[in-house]
Amino acid sequence: MTTETRSTHSPAGTASAAAPDAVPRVRLACRQCGAAVALGPSYVCPACFGPLEVAYDLDGLRARIDRATIAWRAPGVWRYRELLPVDPPSRGLTVGSTPLVAGERLGTAIGIERLWLKDDTRNPSLSFKDRPVAMAAAAVERFGMGTLACASTGNLAGATAAAAAALGIPAYVFIPADLEPAKVDHALAYGATVVPIEGTYDDVNRICLEVADETGWGFVNINLRPFYAEGSKTLAFEIAEALGWRTPDVVVAPIASGAMFTKLAKGFEELAAVGLVERRDVRFVGGQAAGCAPVATAWSRGTDGIEPVRTPDTIVRSLAIGNPADGAYAVELATRTGGSIEAIPDVLTAATIREIARLEGIYTETAGGVTVAAAAVARTRGVIRDGDEVVALLTGNGLKTPDARQHGVADARRRVEPGEPGLAPALPARLADVLGWLGVDA
Amino acid sequence: MSAVRIPPVLRAATGGQKQVAVAGATVGDVIDALVAAYPGLEQQLRAPDGSLNRFVNVFLNDTDIRHLDALATPVGERDTVVLLPAMAGG
Repeated sequence: MTTETRSTHSPAGTASAAAPDAVPRVRLACRQCGAAVALGPSYVCPACFGPLEVAYDLDGLRARIDRATIAWRAPGVWRYRELLPVDPPSRGLTVGSTPLVAGERLGTAIGIERLWLKDDTRNPSLSFKDRPVAMAAAAVERFGMGTLACASTGNLAGATAAAAAALGIPAYVFIPADLEPAKVDHALAYGATVVPIEGTYDDVNRICLEVADETGWGFVNINLRPFYAEGSKTLAFEIAEALGWRTPDVVVAPIASGAMFTKLAKGFEELAAVGLVERRDVRFVGGQAAGCAPVATAWSRGTDGIEPVRTPDTIVRSLAIGNPADGAYAVELATRTGGSIEAIPDVLTAATIREIARLEGIYTETAGGVTVAAAAVARTRGVIRDGDEVVALLTGNGLKTPDARQHGVADARRRVEPGEPGLAPALPARLADVLGWLGVDA
Repeated sequence: MSAVRIPPVLRAATGGQKQVAVAGATVGDVIDALVAAYPGLEQQLRAPDGSLNRFVNVFLNDTDIRHLDALATPVGERDTVVLLPAMAGG
């Protein structure tokens, strides 16, 4: 039996324990009618059927949170614990505190002179999904639910499986049966039970809604969704802290359900409400795959009425949600802030993945290609203006979707000539042959 | 009579029943009959203008009715109407 612990409390927990009232005052409230609901694994308002979300006593928190305390804490999402819905779990992964990289070469290529890239490919399971899952895993422990589960387009499968492994509890991940093999293997590696469903992500989600009711398991994005969604705010917190406690002019992010997109705005708003940043306008630009773009379509038509897409047709599986739960809220946010929601063709997504890797050394999965392409389109249409400081979110690692970057490229692995980028022919294991092919005189 | 599956958050209005039998030729008729039989569902299933609450997703068997004929979708005796919260997933 090992005595090893991977507590997420230390050293930050020391300071928290010394505080007179370390438990944040949080509650569940209906996003639609405002009704208060007891804190627990609930996600639907019993009064009006609207969505529940976590609300904080922000006035009370103003005196209990400051930049110096946060700066002193260990890296990771729990450094912002006062603005999170649950305390850290007894054992968990170190999630977050990913770098904000100056994307100068990429910015020059797409006409954005002050471009930052939030490199969230570096999380433990290689996507931003580790952030919301960290909250859900802590909630599962708090509420004694025993099993972690999810309906996933892929990235969430790995994140849920990894968090359950770290916590030492079973995980069940439900996925579309035709998901990319790398994502399936990733979840299996952590010991999760993977349940493929013959259908789209929306079919998987429908099944899981009823499985959650029957089993009582902690489905991170269903009965724990109010807690889970809060984890995405840590992206906003980290961006603001990395910029010296200020907000950028524009944030560009991918949209699947729209939950992360809208929680970025909630994160910036809460930072302003507790006095950690000055309140400034931030424009929100979203990106979707053209082959599954219900939110972009609604935005372009000037309505928040989302028409679901029955059969997504895109290589961007991580964003392929045809019936996005927060779609209407995402449209409202982009519209209210003067942003936009762009629909990106797969060929452009693949080309952009290659450009990000070539110009910045960051290999993203498909959603990253969509995001940077959306930034470029928004720049062209004037949503992003001269001099704007722009943060684009790279939310997943390219190794999860290894075939995507070659989409639309004819004969991508063709033999190349010396000095040309690409895959060289297999050469004999003799120095003279290698130098000869390189054109270098020995 | 077709079956209607009731999610947990609505079961207080149906006396705890997970599934009820309701008559109706279309999905709209079934929901009208459901609300008539269990008036406590009115506030959760209807918007103030009488239309279906946008946070309710309705399925006929396994298909979202928005991919069929919406509330005009015909319902047979062996069909099951499923009511689910819209706010899940992602």
